[in-house]
Amino acid sequence: MSSTPLLVILVGSIFTNNIIFASFLGMCSFMAVSDKIDTAIGLGSAVTFVMVATTAINYLVYHYILVPLGLEFISYIIFIAVIAAFVQFVEMFVERFSPGLYIALGIFLPLITVNCAILGVSLFMVLRNYNFLQSTVFGLGGGLGWTLAIMLMAGLREKMGYSNVPRPLKGAAVIMLVTGVLAMAFMGFSGIINL
Amino acid sequence: MSNNLAAGQKIKIRDIFADGVYRFNPITVQVLGICSALAVTNRVDNAVVMGGALIFVTAFSSLLVSILRKSIPLRIRMIVEVAIIATFVILFDQFLKAYAWNMSKQLGPYVGLIITNCIVMGRAEAFATQNTPLTSMFDGIANGIGYSIVLILVALVREIIGSGTLNIFGTQILTLLDIGYTKNLLFVLAPGAFFTAGFIIWGVNAITNTKEDANE
Repeated sequence: MSSTPLLVILVGSIFTNNIIFASFLGMCSFMAVSDKIDTAIGLGSAVTFVMVATTAINYLVYHYILVPLGLEFISYIIFIAVIAAFVQFVEMFVERFSPGLYIALGIFLPLITVNCAILGVSLFMVLRNYNFLQSTVFGLGGGLGWTLAIMLMAGLREKMGYSNVPRPLKGAAVIMLVTGVLAMAFMGFSGIINL
Repeated sequence: MSNNLAAGQKIKIRDIFADGVYRFNPITVQVLGICSALAVTNRVDNAVVMGGALIFVTAFSSLLVSILRKSIPLRIRMIVEVAIIATFVILFDQFLKAYAWNMSKQLGPYVGLIITNCIVMGRAEAFATQNTPLTSMFDGIANGIGYSIVLILVALVREIIGSGTLNIFGTQILTLLDIGYTKNLLFVLAPGAFFTAGFIIWGVNAITNTKEDANE
C-alpha cells in the first residue's frame, strides 16, 4: 500500500499532476466543451461527482471481488461497466428526483462514460496501490483538477473570441497551443509535491 | 460480373484508406483520441507500440461489430460495442505484459485507455454498424494507420528535440549531443506534447486550406 498522505494526494492531483496538463486525460471533451464558462462548470461538477463515486466503487470491486478471484486481467472491462452503469443510474435518479438538476447536468451525463479521465483515474488508482481513502481523495482531486483546467480554458476561449486568429490555426490547433502555455504555467507547481 | 464487383471494391478500399489516413485523419482533422496520442509520444518506441495497439483494436473491433451488426439490439448497442472493444484491449494488454514487460510498464494506464479512445468507438459506431465486415476492418486499419502516422510524427519531434537522440528499439539512429546540442527538456514534458501537436494540426490545416482556396 502506498503511504502518501491524503492532503498530498489532493493537492498533487489538482496542481502538480493535473489530469489534463500532466496526464493528458479527458482531452476530447476538454476540447469540445470548453468554450463557455457555464457549460464548463456544469460538466466539471458532473465529472467530479462521477469520478469520486466510480473510483470508490471500482476500488471496492477490484480489491474485494477481482483480486480474491484472481481476475485482475478483466479489470478494464469491469471498470468501464461500473462507470457506464453508474452514469446510467445517476441519470435515472436525477431525472426522477430533481428535474432542475437534470436539466442542468443531464446533457453532460452521457458524455461522461466515454471521458477517458474517469477510467484513467481508476487505472492510476490500481497502479499506485492506493488504499480506499486515498483512492477517493485521488478521485476528488482528479475531478477538481479537471474542472479547474476546463474552466481556465473556457475563460481564455471566451476572450479569444475577440481576437483575430489566423484561419489555419483556428479550432483545435490554437486550443492545443494555449493548453501548452497553461501546462507550462502549471509546471510552476511541480517540485512542491512529488506524487 | 465478379470482375466488376472486385474492381468496385478496390476503388472503395482505396477511398477508405485515403479517408482514414489523410482526408479525414482521426487526429489532425477530426481531433479524436488526443489523450493517448499526447501521453505516449515522448519516445518513438512507445508511439510505435501504441499505434500498433490501436490498429489491432480498431481493425478487430470494427470487424466484430460489423459481423454482429444485425443481431445487436439497438438500445444496448453502445455497451455491446464497449465490451467488444475492451476485450481486444485486454488481449493486447495481456500480450504486452507477457512479451514486453518494460514497454507495458512505460505505457502504464494508456493501453487500457484505448477503450475510451474516441477513434475506436467512433469507427465502430459510425462505420462498422453500416458496412460489411471486411470493409469495416479495412476502415479500422486505415484509421489506425492515420492515427499511428501522426503519433510517430509527434514522437519524432519530441524525442529529437527533447533528448537530442533518436533510439528506435535499442538502436541509436541519431545523436545531436556530440555536436553540442543541449537537451530541451520542455519537449519531453507535457507542454512539448501540446505545442508539437498544435503545430502539426496547424500545418495540416494550412496545407488543406490552401488547396481549398485554390479550388474555389
